[in-house]
Amino acid sequence: MQALKELVDAAASQIDAAADLAVLDEIRVSYLGKKGELTALLKSLSSLSAEERPAAGQKINQAKQDVQQRLNARREALEADALAARLAADAVDVTLPGRGLSVGGRHPISRARLRIEQIFTNAGFGVRSGPEIEDDFHNFTALNIPDNHPARAMHDTFYFPGGRLLRTHTSPVQIRALVSEGVPIRVIAPGRVYRHDYDQTHTPMFHQVEGLVIDHDISFANLKAVLHQFVERFFERKAELRFRPSYFPFTEPSAEVDVLWGEDKWLEILGCGMVHPNVLESAGIDSEEFTGYAFGMGVERLAMLRYGVTDLRKFFENDLRFLGQFR
Amino acid sequence: MKVAESWLRNWVDPELDTMALAHQLTMLGHEVDGVEIMGESLDGVVIGEIISFEKHPDADRLNVCQVSDGSGETLEIVCGAPNVREGMKSPFAPVGVTLPNGLKIRKSKIRGVVSHGMLCSAVELGLGEESDGIMDLPSDAPTGKSFASFLGLPDAVIDLDLTPNRGDCFNLFGIARDLSVVTGAPLTNPDVKPVAATIDEIHPVVIKDTSLCPSFGGRVISGIDPSASTPLWMFEKLRRAGLRPIHPVVDVTNYVMLELGQPCHAYDLDLIDGPIEPRLAKPGERVVLLDEKEIEVNDNTIVISDDSGAIGLAGIMGGLSTAVSDKTTRVFFEAAFWPTEHMAGQARSYGLHTDASLRFERGVDPQQQMRAVEFATSLILDICGGSAGPAEHTVDSDALPNNVPVTLRRKRLERLLGVGIDDARVEAILGGLALDIEKTEEGWTTIPPSHRFDLSIEADLIEEVARIHGYNKIPEATAVAAMPLATSTESTIDLDTVASVLMGRDYQEVITYSFIEESHDQLFSGNDTSITLSNPISSEMSVMRGSLWPGMLSAAVANVARQQDRVRIFEIGRSFHGTLEAPEEVVRVAGVCIGLRKPEQWGEKSEGTDFFDLKADVEAMLRLTGHAADIRFVVEDHPALQPGQSAAILRNGVHVGVLGKLHPTAAKAIGLKLSAFVFELDAEKAFASEAPTAEPVSRFPSIRRDIAVVVDDEVKVGDLVDTIMDSASGLVKGVRIFDIYTGERIEAGRKSVALGLILQETSRTLTDEDADTATAQAVQLLQQKHAAELRE
Repeated sequence: MQALKELVDAAASQIDAAADLAVLDEIRVSYLGKKGELTALLKSLSSLSAEERPAAGQKINQAKQDVQQRLNARREALEADALAARLAADAVDVTLPGRGLSVGGRHPISRARLRIEQIFTNAGFGVRSGPEIEDDFHNFTALNIPDNHPARAMHDTFYFPGGRLLRTHTSPVQIRALVSEGVPIRVIAPGRVYRHDYDQTHTPMFHQVEGLVIDHDISFANLKAVLHQFVERFFERKAELRFRPSYFPFTEPSAEVDVLWGEDKWLEILGCGMVHPNVLESAGIDSEEFTGYAFGMGVERLAMLRYGVTDLRKFFENDLRFLGQFR
Repeated sequence: MKVAESWLRNWVDPELDTMALAHQLTMLGHEVDGVEIMGESLDGVVIGEIISFEKHPDADRLNVCQVSDGSGETLEIVCGAPNVREGMKSPFAPVGVTLPNGLKIRKSKIRGVVSHGMLCSAVELGLGEESDGIMDLPSDAPTGKSFASFLGLPDAVIDLDLTPNRGDCFNLFGIARDLSVVTGAPLTNPDVKPVAATIDEIHPVVIKDTSLCPSFGGRVISGIDPSASTPLWMFEKLRRAGLRPIHPVVDVTNYVMLELGQPCHAYDLDLIDGPIEPRLAKPGERVVLLDEKEIEVNDNTIVISDDSGAIGLAGIMGGLSTAVSDKTTRVFFEAAFWPTEHMAGQARSYGLHTDASLRFERGVDPQQQMRAVEFATSLILDICGGSAGPAEHTVDSDALPNNVPVTLRRKRLERLLGVGIDDARVEAILGGLALDIEKTEEGWTTIPPSHRFDLSIEADLIEEVARIHGYNKIPEATAVAAMPLATSTESTIDLDTVASVLMGRDYQEVITYSFIEESHDQLFSGNDTSITLSNPISSEMSVMRGSLWPGMLSAAVANVARQQDRVRIFEIGRSFHGTLEAPEEVVRVAGVCIGLRKPEQWGEKSEGTDFFDLKADVEAMLRLTGHAADIRFVVEDHPALQPGQSAAILRNGVHVGVLGKLHPTAAKAIGLKLSAFVFELDAEKAFASEAPTAEPVSRFPSIRRDIAVVVDDEVKVGDLVDTIMDSASGLVKGVRIFDIYTGERIEAGRKSVALGLILQETSRTLTDEDADTATAQAVQLLQQKHAAELRE
């Protein structure tokens, strides 16, 4: 049996040394094949006595299994190496940039507007729109700004021949909504507005979001709450607000709202007030039965604060390097 | 309106420092735009007295002055000012003092004479923009004492942005009145005593239509000293209020206006020709105003006239012909009430905006004309001497506005504000604002004072109570409301979703102006007529755009100029069509592509964008509707697009948009040197949709049959596809176009089109025979309709 051990050892060292699957197969054939050495040994059992045969047979079978296991293990190892080599050849430089198109982005004004819309629509406000070329009635008269009212001077208006104009605010949408939908109503009206003013802090076109809520018992306290909540949602932080008396012909009481910015700087961010009874009456609504509030905010102003833009005019220069920062 | 803090504190002096005072004003609704501190860093500057002076020995324009600084010594000062005189008091900066402009005063030799300090002009002290010499202080100014404290400096100038409804606040007294109510600090009432006439002279005033001028106060003041000058105290107050002192009489009118809010005018009586008559202008009437401009007056403007015609615009500006000057010795003084309905818009129609028109447009207290006359009289007599005639009041009380009673209900107040306010507080506020109050069961009946013509309805009173009580004292309360669910629709594709598709395809959104240059509009929009603004900012922004392209292309040009060689932008906005009488606004989605199809990158050839890249983007958006099959692209020329690369987009035959390659002429017109591809869709028509209806997906495999046909070049591949899809078998579920070939093996003028037909049935597996039959059918149709020839 010394020979058997030597045979197994020899097979083992050949298996370990086998460099590829073909060599390994040759080794298998040379030991375990029909004419293999271990097969031959097994065949030679017949020359042994019946007493010796089981023990010897067992040993040879043990040796065969041993060799087979070594073969299997080596095969797996070689296969794993081969796969690894194949995969290694398939490796890429993961630092190379991805191919294909990049992604565009929305304009910061749209981004801010969507944010505003989302905050209000989540609270059940509808979104309304109206024409940008307006008539005098909807832009002024119905909003309690009769002809030659000094407040008209505050709105540097673009006119067309014949008296139509570019809306100076989105407030006419509230008139249209009131007339067509009646009350109670809870809407916002985002959109472009126009004023004849062009300098460092004014562009002749800008965006507003107008809000209007009318119901049986809407109060100034409700207005304060909704705007405070809005500002905190929009900026995603606690905010301190200051309501200052102001004047808009279509609201009374009227207020301008400042937000505390930094340590001690108050920044004006919107205007608001309780809907003026004349506005309700001109839309055919009983101002005794219904009360409501309206507010208007400049989207550019809010976007500037939210996104750290310091020059209003940048919004309309459409410099892709600037716009690319807001995707 | 600018208000000097020191002047305001003459009227009301609350225990608030400057910034707290400014804050209080803001919180009252009189927004403070800015606070400027005047006369800071004047430490060390004292009042000097010129004891004597003589010409500098070596310089014609310099004088050598002996100046007393109050210490008993006399200092030798070299001074270049032309107005030095013996006994003159002037601010004096001794050696060692640094002036506000940074100039440090040193002992210095000027042309051989040592100067021991400097006599100062207003400019050098930071107190004015211009000066014609050193400041000339009153002779009783205390020599050697601090110049700053003598002038009440430093002083804060508070710039108020007053709201147009508060005409009563365009003056110190009005502001002080509000401040007094809110702070509780006592209000100094203006001490206006009637000035008794010492002469009999009056000047006749004729008012035929008292609705134009219900109240006209006038007075003759005779024998004034033409050499009198405005006293320093008044000069300083006016200057801090932003007014330029002009002439003592004019300065008095301005002073009265700033204190009481009543604009006044003074005429040189010797230059008036006959009775004064306020009336509407006659057609074509002309007048030369104080600013020396001649205007033609509209016939709805009130003029002041005499026998010579119009001599001024009522409540706007006086005329040059009767202006006071340094020769004036007799003055006629006017303080009138011009109703707002006659003043509104008038000044603006002449391009004017004056302190008087500002006030009359917003409203002036109709009851205070005579008070202004008396006040002005006493000031003029003090400053210029002279004798006053009787104060004459031409008034029609019935034509004057009268404040009507206004009711305030306790419940309404609470309902509107959302919080109850104590009766006592309400009464204190309204009483403080000088309303007559009578308590009733439900609340109060009030009569506002004559200066509060803005209070006429209950909401006005509620606002006043809230304003004085303090908006910040009103609590926040979230409204409780019925909350029906909002409507939601699938009848259109939300434009934000469309935007997302474009973003995903590497487009950046832009926002361009709605008004553009007229020539661009005509070139790009195809509009016959443009909708043109009457008062555009500039010709480049003068017509409403009929297409989004010009603005976007201009933005693209600007980006190319900024080294962006690949520009892919989109805009969602309105275009304007129709006529001015019936304008139509159409929401459009438009895109512009310039440069490479994909950003320059490794492993791929850089290729320019072409028509089909853009078409894919358009199709991707339209596919959102679920109606891609209803879309056709048909050849259609467009003025701004290159022929042969221009298509109309039809949806069920309806025109919903355009796409194509920008015409070189159009590109040149807008300054673009690169080729551009553009699309524009009518959002409402293009993106109409509805909830999709599911159809079963076939469980059976599809079969593909490839064919190649040769057709004439002019035949549109889209038409071939339509023909196959419409073929009778109904088995063709899709057609893939996998090759278009022209060249050697195809005769000239023809092309080979390779098509893959995808065949499928929902209820069974197709057999090869089915597929062969269907394909043969399709080929036959292609032959019939398009003279197609099957390539074997």
